[in-house]
Order: sequence, then structure tokens, then C-alpha cells
Amino acid sequence: MAKKIIDFEQLKDEQCAEFKTVKLLSEDGKILDSEWQSDLSDDELIELFKQMVWSRTLDTRSTKLNRQGRLGFYAPTAGEEASQIATNFAMEKEDFILPAYRDVPQLVQHGLPLYKAFLWSRGHVDGNKYPADFNALPPQIIIGAQYVQAAGVALGFKLKGQKNVAYTYTGDGGTSQGDFYEGINFAGAFQAPAVFVVQNNGFAISVPREKQTAAKTLAQKAVAAGIPGVQVDGMDALAVYEVAKAAREFAVSGNGPVLIETLTYRYGPHTLSGDDPKRYRTKETDDFWLKKDPLVRMRKFLTEKGLWSQKKEDQYVEEVKAEINEAVAKVENMPKQKISEYLKNTFEEIPANIQAAIEYYEAKEAK
Amino acid sequence: MAKITMIKAITEALDEELARDEKVLVFGEDVGKNGGVFRATEGLHDKYGNERVFDTPLAESGIGGLAAGLALQGFRVVPEIQFFGFVYEAMDEIAGHISRMHFRLGGTRKMPVTFRAPFGGGVHTPELHADSLEGLVAQMPGLRVVIPSSPYDAKGLLISAIRSNDPVVFLEHMKLYRSFKEEVPDEAYTVPLDKAKVVLEGTDISIISYGAMVRESLKAAEELAKQDVKAEVVDLRTVSPLDEETILNSVKKTGRVVIVQEAQRQAGVGAQVASLIAEKGILYLEAPINRVSAPNTPYPFSEAESDWLPNKQDIIDKVKENMNF
Repeated sequence: MAKKIIDFEQLKDEQCAEFKTVKLLSEDGKILDSEWQSDLSDDELIELFKQMVWSRTLDTRSTKLNRQGRLGFYAPTAGEEASQIATNFAMEKEDFILPAYRDVPQLVQHGLPLYKAFLWSRGHVDGNKYPADFNALPPQIIIGAQYVQAAGVALGFKLKGQKNVAYTYTGDGGTSQGDFYEGINFAGAFQAPAVFVVQNNGFAISVPREKQTAAKTLAQKAVAAGIPGVQVDGMDALAVYEVAKAAREFAVSGNGPVLIETLTYRYGPHTLSGDDPKRYRTKETDDFWLKKDPLVRMRKFLTEKGLWSQKKEDQYVEEVKAEINEAVAKVENMPKQKISEYLKNTFEEIPANIQAAIEYYEAKEAK
Repeated sequence: MAKITMIKAITEALDEELARDEKVLVFGEDVGKNGGVFRATEGLHDKYGNERVFDTPLAESGIGGLAAGLALQGFRVVPEIQFFGFVYEAMDEIAGHISRMHFRLGGTRKMPVTFRAPFGGGVHTPELHADSLEGLVAQMPGLRVVIPSSPYDAKGLLISAIRSNDPVVFLEHMKLYRSFKEEVPDEAYTVPLDKAKVVLEGTDISIISYGAMVRESLKAAEELAKQDVKAEVVDLRTVSPLDEETILNSVKKTGRVVIVQEAQRQAGVGAQVASLIAEKGILYLEAPINRVSAPNTPYPFSEAESDWLPNKQDIIDKVKENMNF
């Protein structure tokens, strides 16, 4: 028999090796590596956890408000707090966020007033009117489109010599899009400062992660683009924060982009627009992930350190509820949108046909 | 003032704007050192450096995303789609995102993006290079679609497009790149967007066209003149939004109209022009609105191009049909 020149089975094993998952905090709130210590101060640790509690409270309230018809489109976030909040917590105010539709908590924590997020949900353009110094886009609906745009925003920072990153989110399903690969590849080719986050919650609506790709991890997709990819326990806020912080530093130091895969889970449905997860997920899977809850382990960790208590949490949740109520009251009193204003915003320099339409609608609206 | 080709006029426009505004960036496949596959960016990479004029990886959606992101960062960008037949790959970014960015952010962000792309038949390209796809983008609110038909207009319109804070799709007919020269000022000047131009005055019939078909229409008009038919030729220049005033004024003057496009009957913007005239100018008409276009098939294989593309004779025949109605 002739000598075998190439062994594809062996190649596959070598090239598609399992990526190590970064973990720092155990499910019962203990630091796993005794030699590691968080750089975060006590106050920062508390702030990180408070934002997670804020997000969970917002999720509960948003679900209720949606059911009452007081909010519009809503994609539940419970379960993903470590993945969402801790990545965002690692970023700076001047960094540019390009969120997907489930990433409203990060957008608000990055600086969007809560009532504007509610307006976006309800379908009011004022929710998308961003101040000039707010570096963000509204949540992206088209899966993956934000990845190619993030490459452009990141290249913009590089060309301006500004030490900031573009950071963007998609899900496990998003990694199957051409735009996912084009985005990480462009950012890699330009060595542009971008942090790409894949929140792998196991399901693209109903399609399980195994059906998206033969790749063992989504993090390894970075390899083909020549950029670092890392997988992190997405239920562990400390690990997510550390990885995101390091990714940001790597990117702003001129080393090019990073891809982060967070292993997480959404407890609720895909959106509140009729999805029933019981059709594609089992109770066992739900229970498996509920045991890993990101809030439970951070709460244990902080309580053990003497930094947190149930009383503090109860009090804080009340504050958040008040904040939410205030925002809801504000959006319920917003002026009605005008088609004439829509027309005015279609172009900056208004063409004659649009001008004629503006006059038509203004007359109609004046009646 | 020098007599130059359209491709040279385009290079001059890019050069002027790169020199005028340091926020202007030019990028795409092969536009850097190579100067573009048609040499539209010849010399610009060396003159302005790799941060201003640069090659991208080969992916049109990536180019679109890059354009959107850089525009959000305050740059005034001129991405090239190497051939407009490749635009489907970038359609999500152009039609789904860039066209609506100003709108969706409630007017709080600008989108100064000018997509340049060669297109058009008659130069024996492989598949999906020559297709007239202007109708696809002309259907998107928030986009301007500009198609010059001469070197002078190409330079002035491209400068206007780049200076505009709204997104523009700027389509350059490949057959016009080097087919004729025209006097073009050396310095920067603008030709207004949203304005059609009467390129030949006449009183008997309006031939409304754009792109390479303007040349065919002028040739047809020349021959018709010998037969005592004084045709007026209108070059749309901006095919979306349409310059209703110029179109209707011409139709009002002549009372007859033939709309000429290279695109298939169901594509292009001819149907929009016809609809406009039917709605607002029907009482000026002495005959039905007539159209000359390519047939409703995909773009043909190149040996059949000359049989498929509309030409001077088709226009003459249609004008006569209209005159004899």
C-alpha cells in the first residue's frame, strides 16, 4: 500500500481542537483559581452585580409590560446577564456599541435613557434619536449586519487615532451568516479595534447550535480570520468581564480584533411574539442552565465577601422598579409620530418629490 | 479645460474631493495600488496614501458595512463595487441599512456614502457584469441613483454626490468610459443632483433617456432631424428621485414621448417615468407613451449583446410609430 500523504481524520482532530472555556467563578460562588484575584474594586464588583440585578428586573417588568400591551417588541434577556452586562461593563463610554435586538440592557447601560429603549420597543422613532456623543446604533434586526458595520466603525477609530473599540453582539445562529465572517475578516485584515461577541445561548430561535455548524466551538471561527477567539463561561460574570476587558485592551493596543464566544442561555422564549420554547427545548436543558444562573453565583460570591445582602437587593429592586415606572409613564405621554417628519428624515437634502409629499402630509396632519 | 474621457473625469472628481476634504476616503477591490480595474482611481493611492485610498478584502457586503461604519465615524466615503452586477452581495447594506440610516436615527446621523460602480452592456463582459440594475436601488427610499452620460456631467455629478450628506449610488456605464472625449474644466465644479437636462432641444417629440442610451438617442435624433422630425432629448442624470419638472415641461412642449432605457422592460426606471407622465402629463399627449428597452430576459451572453441591446434604429422606429399614431 502506498504511503498515506494526508490523513483527514487526524487533520480534523488537530485543526478543530476543543477550545478551553474560561471560568473563574464556580456555580456556588467560589473563585476557582486560588492564584487569581479580580482587579475590580469592591465598589465595582457591587456595581457590576447591581447592573445584572437591574437587567433581570427589567426583563421581568418588560415581559409584564409587553403582556399588558404597554411595550412592543421584546426579546427576553433573563439568563444572559453575565454575557450581556459583564461584556458591556468592560467597555468605555466612548467605545461604540452595535447591539442586536436582545442587547437592549447593554445599550441602556452604555448610556441610552431607558425611556428611549421603551420607545424603540413600542415603535417610536424618538427612541432612535441619539445625541451626537452617544456612540451607538439602535438594536440590529438583520442577523449579522452589525458585524460588517462594526468593522467600519472600528477602522474609523483606527484612522482617527482614537483609542476606542467598536463592540458588537450576535448569537450562535448569527455565526452562520456571511456577514459574520466578512465582519471579523475585514476587521482582521485592517487590524481594526473591534470586539466581536457571540452570545451562544444554544438556540437560534428553535434551531440548536449543533445544527448551525460542524465546528466544535464558535470561538474557533476566529482562527480562519487570523484573529484570536476565546470561549468563556457566559454564566460567570467575572470570567466574562476579565475576557472582555482583556479583549478591549488587546484591540485598543493596535493588535486587531478579538472574537469572544459566551456560553449562555435564555430562560424565556426567543421573543414575546408567539415563540414557545417547549416546542424545541426540554425541561432538563432548562434545569441544567438554571443551576448555572449568573445572578445566583455572583450573589453568593458577594454575600460571602460581605458586600451584598438580600435586604440590599430588595431595596435596589424597588429602586429599579421605580425607574422603570417613571420611564413607562414618560413613553405613554409621547406625542404621536408624524408622517411628515418621517418624510423629512428620509434625506438630509430634501428632493422635490419628497417636499411635495411633506406638504401633502402636513396639510393632512393639520386637520 | 481639456478634452478628456469619462473615466478621466471620474478620476479628476475623486482627486479634487480627496484634496479638498481629508475626511474623504476611497476604497474597494483593487482600487489601491492597481488604480481600479478600469483605472478610475489611477494614481490616487500614491498621491493620498493607504489610509485614504485603499484595497479591501474581496467581499461586497463587507465593503458596504465598512462604508456604513466609517460614515458613522464622520468620514465621507466613496466605496467602489467593482461591477454593479455584484451588488446583490452588498444589497443588505445599501438597501437595508445605508439607505435608511438617516431616517432610522430620526435625522441624528448623516450617511455621506457614494457607491461608485461600473455597469452596462456592449463591452463583452462575462455574466453579471453588464446588467442594468439601477431599478433595484431606485426603488429604495433614501437613496439617490445617479447615472452620468458624459465626461462633463460625470465629474460634476460625482463631486455633488460626494459632497452630499445623503447616500448616492453612482453608476458609470462602461461603454461611456472611453468612447468619447469632451471639454471638462480642470478645476472642481458641481452639476446639481435631482436635475435632468435637456441635451438636445426639439419641438416634435421628447426622447427621455439616461446612461449610454442618451448617446443612442442623440444619434437617432440626428438622423430624425434629416427627416424633418425635431426630437428633444432629455437626460435624466439622477434616475431616482426623478426630476418631474423637466420631464413634464418637455412633454408639455412636444406632446409626444418615447422613453428609452438599456434595462429590460420590467427593470430600470422607464416605467416610473411613464407613470409620472400618465398621471401628471396625459393631457399634453397626442399619442400613447412609447418605450424602448431591452426584452425581459436575463442579460444575454456577450455574443448576442448587440441583438439584445436597444439601439439607434429601435429608437428611430419607435419615434416614427409615435409620430404616425
